[in-house]
Amino acid sequence: MIRFIFKGVIRDKSRSLIPVIIVSAGVFLTVFLSSYFAGVFGDMIDLSARFTTGHVKVVTRAYAENEDQMPLDLALLEVGSLKTQLNAAYPDMEWVERIHFGGLLDVPDENGETRAQGPAIGTAIDLLSPGSTEIARMSIQESIAKGSIPSKPGEALISEGFAQKFAVSVGDEITIFGSTMNGSMMFKTFIISGTLNFGNAFLDRGAVFIDLRDAQLALDMEDASSEILGYFNDGVYNDAKALQVTESFNSSYNVPEDEFSPQMMRLVDQNELGQYLSLAEHMSSIFILVFVMAMSIVLWNTGLLGGLRRYSEYGIRLALGEEKKHIFYTTLLEAAIIGVIGSVFGTVLGLAGAYYLQTYGLNLSGMMDNVGMMMPAVLRSKITPELFYIGFFPGVIATVFGNALAGYAIYKRKTSRLFKELEV
Amino acid sequence: MENHSIIKIENLVKSFPVGKGEFIALDNLSLGFEKGEFAGLVGPSGSGKTTLLNIIGSLDTPSKGKVMVLDKSVSELTNRQSAQLRNKHIGFIFQTFNLLPVYNVFENVEFALLLQKMSANERKKAVMDALEWVGLTEKVKSRPSMLSGGECQRVAIARSMVKRPEIVLADEPTANLDSKNSHNILQTMKNLNRELKTTFIFATHDEKVMQYLDRIISLEDGKVSKDEKVKDPKN
Repeated sequence: MIRFIFKGVIRDKSRSLIPVIIVSAGVFLTVFLSSYFAGVFGDMIDLSARFTTGHVKVVTRAYAENEDQMPLDLALLEVGSLKTQLNAAYPDMEWVERIHFGGLLDVPDENGETRAQGPAIGTAIDLLSPGSTEIARMSIQESIAKGSIPSKPGEALISEGFAQKFAVSVGDEITIFGSTMNGSMMFKTFIISGTLNFGNAFLDRGAVFIDLRDAQLALDMEDASSEILGYFNDGVYNDAKALQVTESFNSSYNVPEDEFSPQMMRLVDQNELGQYLSLAEHMSSIFILVFVMAMSIVLWNTGLLGGLRRYSEYGIRLALGEEKKHIFYTTLLEAAIIGVIGSVFGTVLGLAGAYYLQTYGLNLSGMMDNVGMMMPAVLRSKITPELFYIGFFPGVIATVFGNALAGYAIYKRKTSRLFKELEV
Repeated sequence: MENHSIIKIENLVKSFPVGKGEFIALDNLSLGFEKGEFAGLVGPSGSGKTTLLNIIGSLDTPSKGKVMVLDKSVSELTNRQSAQLRNKHIGFIFQTFNLLPVYNVFENVEFALLLQKMSANERKKAVMDALEWVGLTEKVKSRPSMLSGGECQRVAIARSMVKRPEIVLADEPTANLDSKNSHNILQTMKNLNRELKTTFIFATHDEKVMQYLDRIISLEDGKVSKDEKVKDPKN
């Protein structure tokens, strides 16, 4: 019987083509959009992790409360010792120091007088140590617009936008004014080794990158840093592991009465990233729910139209001795076959689309100039194992459910009444 | 012809609700059919021919009275039992052939057997035998759209006969056929009736059909107005 039904489905295009197209389209959208959201949200989180949050972050309790102000006076002290302890306790993670500071960037003229001045957001990372992973982590090499990465102390990178605004170029001097960790005035001159363009206004606006050691010297932060970021060695954020590490660290180091005691935070505890992650996870469920409901209604109608068209066939089958229950059952079986075919097509198409967007991406850098969020300039989807079934089962379920609704009349009608209605 | 009653109808009443009242399609009708009969229900439209065929075929149930088909009371059959009765013992032939358009001749005839537990080889043999009876063995791969009206009705006959039923119910089987095809079809059914002892009951008002019947039951307003044996039916 299954073979018989299958032949009917394949041969009767009006029975199968439209439902297959509808299911394929729905499954395609589910798979593709799920991969898109997984990719975009994943990239946003990854970007945040690489630039600001780490997979976990260690700061003082007081710094955590005032992080937006980049308060150097609340920075971590004795970070060398702390890093050694972190490396020993959590060997499957890499720990890096960073300093964030605000200040004024001053551009002198040929006489040493101020030619231009503007607010700068400074980031100090390990640029000069051999084997430093920070350059790769922050994609600095790929983001160099002009010049090169600092190769010696006293060099700095500034954003390309900043450079154009102040009409400075590689080799020019800039001076950064600010305050040290102890509150005294700081000014230090750097040579521009290169300019940066991350393609994101959030990262590019007023950005100055200098070496960590230069910053420690300039800001009186010997053996101190704003934060220590921890990254899993495989580069992938794992919330369960992060929670384990965080709880373990905080139980040993965090002292509620001491506002300068270090405290560790997970990625999801910072910048509302937890909500983004949760949204990314729920987005697929929302798609599936909407998809199943919409597809069921559409396929219900398709099933009704198909049923009307096949009234005569059902009448014949009743006359040939088929029970109406069996007709209903075979209608569902037929729907399942159509659902499987449509879902396979839809999944393949969705994966193909996802693969294309994952490989080539959608470059929106031209639209990102004024975007204040930390999000990637090139949006990419992400192919995950769930995509292979995330649309498939809803596709089959929606088809069967839609046809079950349409075929319910057959199941409930009295045989005699049905036969009369079936126009045999 | 064996003198064995396979259908007994006693005081059959079938009514349908119409508005607040009811329409009586069959009015206290009593009849019997014996194995191997080639009988016809004749009468004008609305006389109750098709309703009676549907009740004999257990597609409908009596409002009152008793209908026994192969010693089974139609009123007391469950859905499954009536489906089984149709599937194993009763064949239907319709005015408009009602072949399944997406299946070829072989598959249309085979469909009637798919509901029975038969092996593929058994089914194939039964289908080919049935197509041989109606002279269509060379058209097994053809779709209904490629066949003439007469050929389509032959396929319908093969489909109704493939399970070798005791009873075949034919509702206006020649209404869509020309004279030549009508005679061919009737000749085929007459041969099957003779060879397999299958009981054929027609609902018709076609004179051509009546020539072949060996019993003519006239219905009028749901009642039997005449029931007569034909002395020398066409063979």
